[in-house]
Amino acid sequence: MSGFPILSVLTLLPLLGGIMVVGLPDRKLARSFALGFSFLSLAQALGLWHTFKAANGGLQFVERADWIPSLGVQYFVGVDGLGLLMVLLTAIVVPLSLLVSGRVSERAPLYHALVLFLQAGLFGTFTALNFFHWFLFWELSLIPAFLLVRLWGGPQRAPAATQFFIYTMVGSVAMLLAFLAIFLATSKPGGAGVFDFIELGKLAARGALNPALAAKLGWFELTGRQIASVIFGGVLLGFAVKVPLMPFHTWLPATYAEAPTPVTMLLTGVMSKMGVYGFLRILLPIFPEQIQWLRTPLLALAVVTIVFSACAAFAQRDLKRILAYSSINHLGYCLLGVFAVATAGANVLAPAVEKAAALNGVLLQMFNHGLTAATLFMFVGFLEHRSGGLRGLNDFGGIRKVAPVFCGLMGIALFSSLGLPGLNGFVGEFLIFKGVFPLAMCSAALSVIGILVTAIVILTMLQRVFNGPLNEKWSKLPDLTLAERALVVIPIALMFVLGLWPRLILDVINPTVVQMVEQLKF
Amino acid sequence: MNYSQLLKFAAPETIVVLTALAVLAVDLTSLRGLEPRLRFIIGGMLACVGCAAAAVWMIVMPEQANAFGGMLVVDPLTQLVKVALLGLTVFTILISIESNFTQHVGEYLALILLATVGMMFLVSAEDLLMVFVSLEMTSLSLYILTAFNKRNIKSAEAALKYFLFGGMSAAFLLFGLSLIYGLSGATNLGGIAAALQGRKLDPLLVVALVMVVIGFGFKVAAVPFHLWAPDAYEGAPTPSAAFIASGSKVASFFIFAKVMIIGFAGATGSGAFGYYESGWVPMIAIVAVLSMVLGNLGAIVQGNVKRLLAYSAIAHGGYALLGMLANSQQGVAALVYYVITYGMTTLGAFGVVAVVEQATGDSKLSDLSGLCRRAPVVSVCMLVFMLSLAGIPPLAGFFGKFYVFLAAAAAVKNLGLLWLVVFAIAMSAVSLYYYLQVMKRIYISDPPAGAPRMRVAWLTQATLAVLAVSVVLLGCFPGWLVGLIERALASLAP
Amino acid sequence: MLAWTIYISFLGVLVLMLLPKGNASSARKVAMLSAVTGLLVALAGFFQFKAGELVTVAKLPWVPSLGIEYHLAADGISLTLVLLTGLAAVGGILFSWNIEHRAKEFFAFYLALIGGVYGVFLSFDLFLLFVFYEIAIVPKYFIIAIWGSTRKEYGAMKLALYSFIGSAMVLVGLIAAYVVSGARTFNVVELAKYPFPHDFQMWAFPLVFVGFAILAGLWPFHTWAPTGHVAAPTAASMLLAGVVMKLGAYGCLRVAMTIFPQGLENWQLGVLGLHSWRDVIALLSIIGIVYGALVALVQKDFKFVIGYSSVSHMGFVLLGLMTLNTIGLSGAVLQMFSHGIIAGLLFAVVGRMVYERTHTRELSVLEGMNLGKAMPFAAVTFVIAGAASMGLPGFSGFVAELQVLIGAWQTYPTFAVLAGVGIVVGVAYTLRAMQKAFFGESVGPSAPLGAKAAKLAGSEPGAPFATISVPERLGAVMLIGVAVLIGLYPRLLLDVILPSFDSPLFDWLRKGGAP
Repeated sequence: MSGFPILSVLTLLPLLGGIMVVGLPDRKLARSFALGFSFLSLAQALGLWHTFKAANGGLQFVERADWIPSLGVQYFVGVDGLGLLMVLLTAIVVPLSLLVSGRVSERAPLYHALVLFLQAGLFGTFTALNFFHWFLFWELSLIPAFLLVRLWGGPQRAPAATQFFIYTMVGSVAMLLAFLAIFLATSKPGGAGVFDFIELGKLAARGALNPALAAKLGWFELTGRQIASVIFGGVLLGFAVKVPLMPFHTWLPATYAEAPTPVTMLLTGVMSKMGVYGFLRILLPIFPEQIQWLRTPLLALAVVTIVFSACAAFAQRDLKRILAYSSINHLGYCLLGVFAVATAGANVLAPAVEKAAALNGVLLQMFNHGLTAATLFMFVGFLEHRSGGLRGLNDFGGIRKVAPVFCGLMGIALFSSLGLPGLNGFVGEFLIFKGVFPLAMCSAALSVIGILVTAIVILTMLQRVFNGPLNEKWSKLPDLTLAERALVVIPIALMFVLGLWPRLILDVINPTVVQMVEQLKF
Repeated sequence: MNYSQLLKFAAPETIVVLTALAVLAVDLTSLRGLEPRLRFIIGGMLACVGCAAAAVWMIVMPEQANAFGGMLVVDPLTQLVKVALLGLTVFTILISIESNFTQHVGEYLALILLATVGMMFLVSAEDLLMVFVSLEMTSLSLYILTAFNKRNIKSAEAALKYFLFGGMSAAFLLFGLSLIYGLSGATNLGGIAAALQGRKLDPLLVVALVMVVIGFGFKVAAVPFHLWAPDAYEGAPTPSAAFIASGSKVASFFIFAKVMIIGFAGATGSGAFGYYESGWVPMIAIVAVLSMVLGNLGAIVQGNVKRLLAYSAIAHGGYALLGMLANSQQGVAALVYYVITYGMTTLGAFGVVAVVEQATGDSKLSDLSGLCRRAPVVSVCMLVFMLSLAGIPPLAGFFGKFYVFLAAAAAVKNLGLLWLVVFAIAMSAVSLYYYLQVMKRIYISDPPAGAPRMRVAWLTQATLAVLAVSVVLLGCFPGWLVGLIERALASLAP
Repeated sequence: MLAWTIYISFLGVLVLMLLPKGNASSARKVAMLSAVTGLLVALAGFFQFKAGELVTVAKLPWVPSLGIEYHLAADGISLTLVLLTGLAAVGGILFSWNIEHRAKEFFAFYLALIGGVYGVFLSFDLFLLFVFYEIAIVPKYFIIAIWGSTRKEYGAMKLALYSFIGSAMVLVGLIAAYVVSGARTFNVVELAKYPFPHDFQMWAFPLVFVGFAILAGLWPFHTWAPTGHVAAPTAASMLLAGVVMKLGAYGCLRVAMTIFPQGLENWQLGVLGLHSWRDVIALLSIIGIVYGALVALVQKDFKFVIGYSSVSHMGFVLLGLMTLNTIGLSGAVLQMFSHGIIAGLLFAVVGRMVYERTHTRELSVLEGMNLGKAMPFAAVTFVIAGAASMGLPGFSGFVAELQVLIGAWQTYPTFAVLAGVGIVVGVAYTLRAMQKAFFGESVGPSAPLGAKAAKLAGSEPGAPFATISVPERLGAVMLIGVAVLIGLYPRLLLDVILPSFDSPLFDWLRKGGAP
């Protein structure tokens, strides 16, 4: 499909914006420019959403050009429902984050430029379909994120940022090595191998990948299947760190807590989705056999992630850390859904329907969590600003009396996170559980514990912070300003809209999900 | 053959002898009252003209003759070496001109010329008698030249040492030669070789061989006959030391190789790795190894540049012996190339030391400190000489070493002598260390506080520059000299 | 035409020597002119080059009786490295624009080094190659010993001796090859055709390979590299890491592996799981990768971090060479180029931008200066260069390491994984250095120089640092530009490098040189 390279423009626009902004001398100017660029991206993403032919679940807006033929690298971008949803989420969260970054005064142009660079990296990751430049964006989004945490973070930012970077890099290197092995295995004599995700998915669907790995890679006398599992392990590690899947999560709470709040919004709202996106786009199509083979331990990990992160959230006393753990918890549901579908489902009545439901749920959950978590961190940011940096669970109390609007709106977001029907959080989780129950009963049942604990955590939070006797210290706590109200109303409204009218998204993603389910052969 | 013919063949030597006499006479008669520097200039120029005339004579009228059964052999190769010797003599004289260690200018120059004559005869000799006589002629002149600085007690000490060692070695040599005569009944090398052909290596021959090696080993300052060299180099007036290190080396190596390769052709033996056979080759191999080790390691700890150069000369003797060990035409070519370029390089180095000595009064390493800012041109020349000695391309020293190593490696089947080459290359890597120490003094250390710029006479500077440029050119275009030598050698082949 | 890269450099040396004394400004202009012309010639040669051919630049008899020729030629590999030399030369001069102390001599030695390096990359006669190889040793010594810093004389001497010992080993191998072949030629192409006896190759290969690899920083012969890099002035560190280490790796590929390919074959019996020299060298290079990175992680001196990182990165080159497949080899060549650019950039930041302003390289001292605010340009440059050095995609290092790793997967899967560990440690040390040097907690934005630091710098506390000068900016932008350009469009070089492996010189690759 030729035509206007709209996806390239989508990626390049924030990049250009960042380069422009970094050279600006003035904080205000930089801020307005950055905002302008992020709104342009939002408009473009909405335009994409509009022109996307929903009925056709396949790739659209495809651009393809030779890049490094000797390495089998093509410039290959395109979006299907999954990619588009992620692009939209990015385009929504970035301006929100920028809007609450007004308090960044030190080196503001650099800050705004880095956010725009991060956005470019995210757009690139969600649209790239060839490993080479997908990995480029995947890694390059890390640098702005690292710098944003390192330079504008809280007191413990240095170790947090380092931990964040190194953990992610370990995963990335493992993934890189794995992909190089795949490249080698798929290369013909004297020719290049395959880096193309779609192509690799097709190879895997034909069952041609494992024999190739066995033929090209001899390693400690492992069989083809074992080698493929090692390779799978490498890729898995890369994504598991990013999501994160327990036990690779330890970087996350520290990083979320130390990052400045707008950056935490980006981290949780979009960057954590990169991992889940990778599971859906790469792991599931390319390694169906391995996922199926390792399904039980993987499901166990997902359940552990869900339950333990909920319990860990319960034990936390820092609002940001609580939300961080609850983020892990919510993404755990996504992984639960992803792993659950990796079965032939022979004993299930209508496996394809259940799988589609689960995957639809996963996609919705990704979007919803991005929106809700970002909003929640935004609220914590407001609170932190008003309290002069305090954000302990027990530092407040009864502030409902002095800041009713704040508490009301944050309450809505909290309930969305909790999964109250009528709000967006519910739909995703419901669909996931609907699909997972028949496919993996036991795991689904255990995961419900996670839901319960999360509910307790969030209600505790509501109670300790908003209700109870008013802490005298905060009797002068100002409520949300008009600007802040205007700002938070947008995501809150979205929560309601998507909670009541999920088809808005489902209609777009469903064809893609159906195709995906068809392609997955177990 | 009549005497007029002999005179024709010996014309270059004759010219030099006449020049020596002329220099003496002129100095004695007409230059007495003048200041030494002027006397040096006039006498030196005269001597140079004589040398040049002799060299031109040989170049213009190439001869090929063998007078009196090897007493005087004139062929392209000996002529080439003689021209080189004359060249080295001229340069020695040129760097002496500015020196002030003696009032006896005429005698000094005449002795240098007479030593040169001895060397020229030495080169041409293929008869034991002639070899011994010309060797002694050279040596006696050099003993005196070493003692020439009457104001310096060290000079006398060095000369005495040199003389005693030299006398002893001459005795050894004479003893060895007489045994050979007894064994073979011949004094010319071809005859000796023929008589020794097929003869087993009996104890008598071994003794003769050892004696001869000791005798020549002393001349070329090979370990373990090297003990005189550091002291003599240090004590002797620098131009004399330069001459001992350059001209005398060239001639001694040439005759050493000639005696061994031609005379003892039947007692070669083998020093190949894993295939030992007694003869002169393994003997020289041991001497070469010892020279390389002791020379290089000894040089590392020296604090005086002249002593350092002496030890480096010992080490270079070891490398040069490799060319001899090759016992092949290529080996001889490599040896000749090596000693000629080495002679030029070391002469230049001593020239620089002479300049420094005149300015600072001593030749310690520390006296070179910051030379690059006190005398930039001289410093660049020293850089060239040191790097050439270390064997850094594209300088002559590098190609010389390379050529010698190549010849040695190619000499015996299956890389038999490669172990020696490996050893030599390893040792030359060590040598870089002390040459760089010298360079460090010159280029990196600061000059002593308040030290003025050195005044270096233009003539000395020009001489050194010419030498340095020749070293560079011979290194960049080694094909020219190698071609000359190989053509000369080829014309000898029967 | 490419030969002019050599001539122009040496011409520059001559002109500099003839310049009047004490005129630093004209000296650097002459040097710059010469380096830029060299770069332009290299570029012109690069763009005229038709992929896959072997351009003969000059072929004249030199020492006819020994069959030695003045034979300059270029294939894609040489050309890539010639281009690198040109870039590094210009970059080095830009970053030594402020040299006033004996500037004339500095640039003369500098250009002599550059000329020698060009010569090595263009020589197809081994004697000539060796001559240029050794020519490069001496200027290094003087540049470090005169203009260097920390333990400069020790570092310079160590470097000179290591190089010389390495070249001694090479010389033995060359002489032996010449004698054994009996062909009276040093021509690489001819010697590559000659079937040397198997046993001979078995000992000649490691001798020559290690001889060259000493200069490429092969563990455990790498120790000259960190000390040398640290002692050297900025431009020299840039050249040392940028091109001199490449000389060694280039020699390994061009000489050892081309002439003695059978030396890579298996021994009769394995020792400790190693079955050939190839295994041994691959093992040593992987040790170099990981060890270099680990040691870099604990350094206190900023420059040592970069010095050891060079050892680690050069390990990738050697590992790539030992993969013996086209992709690994082309990765190795690309890594040579890439590391040349990136290491140059890192040394420029550390040596020129930071050290010459703060007069300290102690990370603990730099931590208190908050350089990220005091010199943002340096910080940005270092972040970018650090990212490139970590092997992040988008920079040249990534494409190179990617290919090396693919090649390694094919032959040494375990080493590929270990190299991955090396990359991760690489990330760790780069981050550590970056944070300590640039994002340290400051004493306050108004006082970039703390009391202790000010004393070291010899200025008043609170005095601002000199701004980053224009040549520095130019140099940084140039090098970053190249790293990004090659990172995003590696075809520029790969299209030239890859066809080179189709030439008869690399027949052993297709015959499967080693099993």
